[in-house]
Amino acid sequence: MSETTPTVDSDFSLRRGIQKVVDFMEPAIVGLIYLCGWSAIIFVMAIFFFVFKESLPAITGIEEIGGGVDAEVEKLDLVEFTTSPKWIPESAKKPTFGILALMLGTLSVTVLSMVIAVPLGLGAAVYVSEFAKGKSREILKVLIELLAAIPSVVWGFIGLVVMNPMIVDVTGEPVGLNILNAGIVLALMSVPIIVSVSEDALRAVPDSFREAGIALGANRWEMVYKVLFPAAKNGLLAAVLLGIGRGIGETMAVLMCTGHSVNMPTSIFDPVRTLTATIAAELGEAVRGDMHYHTLFLIGVVLFVFAFVINLTADLIVKGIKVQGNE
Amino acid sequence: MSTIATESSTTQYPPVEISLADELSIQTRGLNLWYGDFQALMDVSVNIKKGIITGLIGPSGCGKTTLLRCFNRINERYGNVRTTGDIEILDKNIYDSDVSVRQLRRSVGMVFQRPNPLPISIFDNVLFGMGLHDAHKSLSRSERADVVEMALREVDLWNTVKDRLKARATTLTLEQQQKLCIARLLPLKPDIILMDEPCSALDAEGIEKVENLIESLRDEYTVVIVTHNMAQARRATDECIFMLLGEIIEHSKTSEMFLNPQHEKTEMYIQGRYG
Ligand SMILES: Nc1ncnc2c1ncn2[C@@H]1O[C@H](COP(=O)(O)OP(=O)(O)OP(=O)(O)O)[C@@H](O)[C@H]1O
Ligand SMILES: [Mg+2]
Repeated sequence: MSETTPTVDSDFSLRRGIQKVVDFMEPAIVGLIYLCGWSAIIFVMAIFFFVFKESLPAITGIEEIGGGVDAEVEKLDLVEFTTSPKWIPESAKKPTFGILALMLGTLSVTVLSMVIAVPLGLGAAVYVSEFAKGKSREILKVLIELLAAIPSVVWGFIGLVVMNPMIVDVTGEPVGLNILNAGIVLALMSVPIIVSVSEDALRAVPDSFREAGIALGANRWEMVYKVLFPAAKNGLLAAVLLGIGRGIGETMAVLMCTGHSVNMPTSIFDPVRTLTATIAAELGEAVRGDMHYHTLFLIGVVLFVFAFVINLTADLIVKGIKVQGNE
Repeated sequence: MSTIATESSTTQYPPVEISLADELSIQTRGLNLWYGDFQALMDVSVNIKKGIITGLIGPSGCGKTTLLRCFNRINERYGNVRTTGDIEILDKNIYDSDVSVRQLRRSVGMVFQRPNPLPISIFDNVLFGMGLHDAHKSLSRSERADVVEMALREVDLWNTVKDRLKARATTLTLEQQQKLCIARLLPLKPDIILMDEPCSALDAEGIEKVENLIESLRDEYTVVIVTHNMAQARRATDECIFMLLGEIIEHSKTSEMFLNPQHEKTEMYIQGRYG
């Protein structure tokens, strides 16, 4: 007894000491957290501002050349920009900046990849959350997360070295770098995010819904598509949108797998070029301050808008789930 | 399904006394159930009569829910469940290999503790069960609407919701949701309705209304209802089964059980001197 009393005392004073430090530190910690939160927003704004600013001269025809002096530069023909399939930026006679083919390239690759990835991803998510048990479930989840960790250049490499000859063999096309190749590679790349987001959505469905379905006589498959899918609808949609966002934004893999030739696609065996790959491939060579340079940034703005709209939609949908959950 | 081991009666159980006047709806013989190593039901033999309301009472954890969930085999959802013994429902052993679980669940409906309408429209909730069975496909639009109206009328919900049948069922009040959960069983024309504390999530007014509804189901359906509420057991049931630690202690007419319990433990429980 007599021994424990002093320890309790010193323990107490130590705690008071810690408490003092914490009291002192608290405003600083709060400040730091605020800074972290705001810096994320500031960085995004700064990036957007920079990309937008660099693209501006192509639209306004006015470029600042330093010292507050503006110079007039050639304006981009916006109608041509959005409707022409010709992208010939370095032509000596008449450079043409039409991104229609590039947009269709992005679109076709993304659509094909979603056609493959959505059923695959949803199926995998249903399997992991509803059917797999114990060990096999854990292993599967780790494997799928591992898939997400593969760098995109490695995916591109797989498309180039593995898929390319395979497509040539199977289809008899002369070259296997085309929409199909990029679509498959992109699908595999977006499956992990689709699986993990939709698995979360499925697991968030209260078990009481499953029991209701089963007690009315549903078998497991009916339970999945008549109970779980309607119940997890929003989360599943968000998963798909995030997958699409991944597809549109991907650069390296599509650069390597599409064939990278400007082309209005007519079949999945056509090579195409995407918006992202165009920026990646040409920005290094474009002359700074040149029309080509500004136009590449304008493509960046277009991508930014696409990504923003998709993410915002996904976000709003996910928020929708939360609101309903609180009801 | 493989987790269910049924031992067809190699052991002889004492003959059960059945008065001929009473037709039986559910009969169990020597029913044992384990969750892993834990035995939740011990040698349960009960005869539940047709067309009356039977209450299942007993302290928390005594196995009421477990027993109820045997009757539609929904216990099989959990991987670690093992049962031995027989359950006969309407003179058919529900563990027989030729029994379709779907048909079983069609004739044995279940209402849960927390109302669990599906997050689809009220209309679709009522038709959900039918949609799983073939009958649905041959129904015309107006026939479906009739089915919905009939079911909702039977649970006294029609007038409240007839103008918003397309609304999400989860927007209803808890009382209405629970009524809807009963209504969605009716188009399947069940013989038996199992209820696990159907009123425990409701307020006093809701309890009264749902109790009246249960009352009105008597005769047409066999109702088995788990309840913690002694007053409710007294009011709403014809017979009561008292369980303790996985065993049936007493099964008698409600009036008899509450006036003159045969067992000391039953008496202690209904007087509220037990958990
Ligand atoms: N899925 C399960 N896995 C393991 N043990 C379980 C499971 N479900 C129930 N049990 C155990 O079985 C026993 C009986 O549970 P049960 O839910 O049937 O009791 P109950 O009488 O319905 O209780 P309550 O009145 O609290 O609802 C309890 O001891 C419980 O812990
Ligand atoms: Mg219970």
